[in-house]
Amino acid sequence: MLLGRTANGLYWMNRYIERAENMARLVDAGLRMALTRTQNASEEWNSVLLSAGADIAFTQKYQDYTAANVSDFLLRDTSNPSSTMSAIETARNNARMVRTALTRETWESINEAWMSLKRMLARPIDERDLPSVLDAIKRETALIRGSFYGTMLRNEIFDFSQLGTYVERADNTARILDVKYYVLLPSISWVGSTLDNYQWESILRSVSAHRSYRWVYEADYKPTNIADYLILNVRMPRSLTFCYRFLAEHLKFLGDDYGERHACHATADKTQAMLRAGSIKDIFDAGLHEFLANFIRDNTRLGDEIAQDYKFY
Amino acid sequence: MRLAAFDEMLPEVSGLRKPYSAYDRWLKEQDPARLTEKMQDAERVFRKTGITFAVYGEQEASERLIPFDIVPRIISGNEWRRLTQGIEQRVQALNAFLDDIYHRQEILRAGRVPRELVAKNEAFLPEMIGVRPPAGVYTHIIGVDIVRISENEFYVLEDNARTPSGVSYMLENRETMMQLFPELFQQIKVRPVENYPQLLRQSLAAVRPQSTKGTPTIAVLTPGSYNSAYFEHAFLADQMGVQLVEGQDLRVVDGHVAMRTTEGYKQIDVLYRRVDDSFLDPLTFRPDSALGVPGIMDVYRAGNITIANAPGTGIADDKAIYSYMPEIVEFYTGRKAILGNIPTWRCSEADSLKYVLEHIHELVIKEVHGSGGYGMLVGPAATKKECQDFAKKLQAKPSNYIAQPTLALSTCPILTEKGLSPRHVDLRPYVLVSDRIQIVPGGLTRVALKEGSLVVNSSQGGGTKDTWVLDD
Repeated sequence: MLLGRTANGLYWMNRYIERAENMARLVDAGLRMALTRTQNASEEWNSVLLSAGADIAFTQKYQDYTAANVSDFLLRDTSNPSSTMSAIETARNNARMVRTALTRETWESINEAWMSLKRMLARPIDERDLPSVLDAIKRETALIRGSFYGTMLRNEIFDFSQLGTYVERADNTARILDVKYYVLLPSISWVGSTLDNYQWESILRSVSAHRSYRWVYEADYKPTNIADYLILNVRMPRSLTFCYRFLAEHLKFLGDDYGERHACHATADKTQAMLRAGSIKDIFDAGLHEFLANFIRDNTRLGDEIAQDYKFY
Repeated sequence: MRLAAFDEMLPEVSGLRKPYSAYDRWLKEQDPARLTEKMQDAERVFRKTGITFAVYGEQEASERLIPFDIVPRIISGNEWRRLTQGIEQRVQALNAFLDDIYHRQEILRAGRVPRELVAKNEAFLPEMIGVRPPAGVYTHIIGVDIVRISENEFYVLEDNARTPSGVSYMLENRETMMQLFPELFQQIKVRPVENYPQLLRQSLAAVRPQSTKGTPTIAVLTPGSYNSAYFEHAFLADQMGVQLVEGQDLRVVDGHVAMRTTEGYKQIDVLYRRVDDSFLDPLTFRPDSALGVPGIMDVYRAGNITIANAPGTGIADDKAIYSYMPEIVEFYTGRKAILGNIPTWRCSEADSLKYVLEHIHELVIKEVHGSGGYGMLVGPAATKKECQDFAKKLQAKPSNYIAQPTLALSTCPILTEKGLSPRHVDLRPYVLVSDRIQIVPGGLTRVALKEGSLVVNSSQGGGTKDTWVLDD
């Protein structure tokens, strides 16, 4: 038996852990672009902010798209509710609320991540330290994930946690693609300029997939392959299909456990079936941007349905 | 200010006291540098596990650690037996008093406690008149604060019959000590406290409503994660294996209190609430309370839920009532109180007020309804100005205050950079009441870390120690 409020806390705790890490990844990709292509750096930082869904809030506070400003806003600014610091703080508050549902190892890893990031992000980050800060963030979230997977019982608590992780991740991957969808479109990418090459690599980098891409596809970056990898590949842990495989699976576990199916089951199954049947050609033919916009909308709806069906409030 | 105090380890007159002899032998063999390291280890453990408390009114450090000292406070088996007899007697009297106050009020009729002291008391709940709680128990969990003055003098400082806190520190302190110094526990036989959560669970289950079928569902009600004692609420729920609920999780469904789960509403039979009376039911008490459950008092009056501790219990540990405890104990148990009270002046009485005002610089003056060391004056430690200011408050509302002599609370050494150094301590043993009374051998020793200070409250710079009751 699980309180609705506890399920809610677990769900959001994991969404925010995922978000804390995603912000670091986005900054990492932006930094890489800025280092390799100094001319269009501000444009790159702009698209990083768009992917993070933080562009409007950023422009209210800053004028220039610089590495210092963007990384400060996305990593340590607590007035930005999605910054790594805010996200880890929210994750910890949720963890504190659902403490009785977590193993000691899981709670301590979150608490320690919060303590160490709070220390590290207390002052503005020196640009020279940025790479090591990004590494540290990824290491902390990896430690949380490790202790979570290593010690948690595979029951409803685990299921609700995973739902949070994968709803957030699917949203994140879809947004990254949507912000850069035009560089993947055939009409432009045929040009095959170095600019596109960098852009493509940046997309992969922002989901930590630039190495694994080469294990699956040929060495050259091709827009259709990149889109295929991030949308349809069943083994790529940040692809939309991968996320929905697990969303559908954990929802099925919950449905079986409780002996009841809800609206969220139908929504997840429908999206999963669509992804399974889909080909990258069909998606491009129908319009990549339209596809992603629909996906993001449906994914948000799934989150709302889960909250309602399992009495989060 | 410096009071000649009785030191429980090294009294000046007689040297090392016997309960500490084995510990002292061990301590002398230790490398001081290693002990300092252990002290830091302890702090890291507490910080890592998040054993923190919130301090009201401080924005920066909203979560703080209660400092922990690694020198245990040791009580011999014999001393403990005497204490438990006194505590048991007192707890019986507290429950009998509550039952009487909410029914026949014989003690008021007999004139042993002034009627207006009860009738006009905010802690007295008219809503509880005539209500008999399941199993007839009012105060299920009690933390009696005891101070020591000399080898043989123990006094009760406060009864804490509503929602005593701190038991999680008793448990975590022991856990930490066992991690830091496992060898000590092999050399010295210390009675265990670890089974407190199991005892608590059994005790709560034993007072379930009569109508409960099968195993009762128990839950801990917390005001939420921003509450200063939230860690303890979560800790106890976790250790007992029961749900930790907030008011927003609960609702009255078909005459029972039920919690909202992922599969719908589930009935609760016993609620260990850590929410104050006035917030418990917005329909009965404070209408603006979002921490309680609308209608829970109706369920309670119908006998369909056990609330521990019962609403209205506060009348028994009210500071104004406290001064009548010797009479109360005698009235209900037919015997003199084994554990004495500290002499108390009730400022509501003109003679007492006069005395208190004249001796303000040597007394401890407390608000009748205050707790946590807020709003009190320690005369001997206060400046002249502070005394004068307090005297004004006192004259403005005398009935709001009681005064007690400044007692030389016993001391117990703490480890400082310069070695052992005595600090004042008190003791809060925890008592569970169901169809029997159980007292966990140990308790929470609070220690005033500032040299000479008598205020042990954690909100005022107090720390804690592991408390050992020897199995001798």
